[in-house]
Amino acid sequence: MTADLAPLWLTLRLAAVVTALLLVLGTPLAWWLARTRSRLAPAVEAVTALPLVLPPTVLGFYLLLVFNPTAPLGSFWVSLTGQTLTFSFAGLVLASLLYSLPFTVQPLQSAFTTLGRAPLEAAASLGAGPLDAFLTVAAPLAIRGYLTAAVLTFAHTLGEFGVVLMVGGNIPGQTRVISIAIYEEVETLDYVSAHLLSGILLALSFLILLALYVLNARDRGRA
Amino acid sequence: MTDLRLDIRSRHAGFTLEIDRTIPLSGVTAIFGPSGAGKSTLLRIIAGFERGAGRVAFGHEVWEDGRRFVPPHRRRVASVFQQPRLFPHLDVRGNLAYAARRARPPGAVEAMIERFGLAPLSARRPETLSGGEAQRVALARALLTAPRLILMDEPLSALDQARRQEILPFIERLRDVAQVPILYVTHSTAEVARLSGQMLTLAAGRVTGFGPTADILAATDVAAREGTEPGSLLTATVTGMTADGLCEIAFSGGTILTPEPLGRPGAAVRLFIRAREVMIARDRPQGISALNILPATVETLAPAGPASADVVLRCGAARLRARITRRSAEALGLAPGVSCHVIVKSVALAQE
Repeated sequence: MTADLAPLWLTLRLAAVVTALLLVLGTPLAWWLARTRSRLAPAVEAVTALPLVLPPTVLGFYLLLVFNPTAPLGSFWVSLTGQTLTFSFAGLVLASLLYSLPFTVQPLQSAFTTLGRAPLEAAASLGAGPLDAFLTVAAPLAIRGYLTAAVLTFAHTLGEFGVVLMVGGNIPGQTRVISIAIYEEVETLDYVSAHLLSGILLALSFLILLALYVLNARDRGRA
Repeated sequence: MTDLRLDIRSRHAGFTLEIDRTIPLSGVTAIFGPSGAGKSTLLRIIAGFERGAGRVAFGHEVWEDGRRFVPPHRRRVASVFQQPRLFPHLDVRGNLAYAARRARPPGAVEAMIERFGLAPLSARRPETLSGGEAQRVALARALLTAPRLILMDEPLSALDQARRQEILPFIERLRDVAQVPILYVTHSTAEVARLSGQMLTLAAGRVTGFGPTADILAATDVAAREGTEPGSLLTATVTGMTADGLCEIAFSGGTILTPEPLGRPGAAVRLFIRAREVMIARDRPQGISALNILPATVETLAPAGPASADVVLRCGAARLRARITRRSAEALGLAPGVSCHVIVKSVALAQE
């Protein structure tokens, strides 16, 4: 048995990059959603939640159109990096950012909402500016939200299939993530390799979710 | 002394706050009135937590008007809220250091820990503190920002009686030692009387009175409108203890004896005497158990309800308010200028 573990490492790398980027990019969006009184908020919330309900192939299809080297974004990317967004790791990251967005934004938004204005007003009255207050008070107090967001985003990106299939294809080392590899192994009746990768993904996903629920249970116990 | 200039008009649920007034800031200014009068909203506007209300200026510094808005963290105004709002992710020392680091010049955490007796608590997490302890930390933390003004929004109302007595001296020390002006929202007459030198009364978003606390508290109509117990506020000095254990207190109208030790000899105290606890006699009564019988002169007489009357009496330089029935007032022939005696049944330190 010569199992190819490259798809596993690629998948872990993708999930890690996407999780890190989304925690940074999702924070201002979640913060805005939690605190705004704008009439636009419900629309923005709905768009953010779209990846939860859309078939990944639909999302992938639109992304494929946008990533196309002849489309504005696609051609801009080519002129910037010399590479296409379609069928590349960069494109996969970009697609996953959208695909996993709700899994970052929703836990953060709910953590920020729970926070309320009291701690931030206290921080302001002690001389902390908005960014200072966010970094030293809001973010530490929302740490559970960040943990949940990180775990869910990571786990959800691990299992991504449809979007990758549409925009990434199946290029070893570039876009051949674990779910695609398993699909191909099953197609070619290589059940041994499929078992191995599936088993790893199953165990990994279970362990990640277990960690999340253990943390949550401990939190409830303390409250 | 700095003036706080307010020209505010803003709509809120249930009332419109409309204030056009200059408050000379010195000592504690009580902001007093029933719930829903707009007291807390006023503090939030002054702190900068609500904007778009109108014009707020602190001395020559404009904090808010149509064009400018100084955000709360640049106003150097500390807020002490009803709940202590300590940061749960920091211990007591961490909470204090948070404020000290952001002050210019940085505040002295250790000195403050000593001043507020917080050494035994300094490594504790806020959730392990009692309500009184947490509020003490909150006061110390507010002071560490070297504020130019401290806003207190019912800081004692979440505490029980015993805890309040623990915290009050710290607020008094803040007033007397730190010399930072304080705006103090409350609906407790006792706190008003004990802490404040001047007070602003609010009802339904409008100012109904402003002036020295003793004057405002003595004005019956304020007490009636705010639904508080009418009474009088006296400044007095504890002069000593009698051999049989009574505390002797002197004020300009005479000497009062009370079985409760209200302070050490020499201590200046503020007394609150409820109007109901004052009786009036034309001639000095004999054979009566009351200890405190003082000569007085009727100043004004006003009806207070269908069968009662409020009599304001001058007793030395002080004014005493008595609530009696109209029938008694008539029977005694009370009128401005009439000499009589007041019988003070009980006095309390100006606190609850």
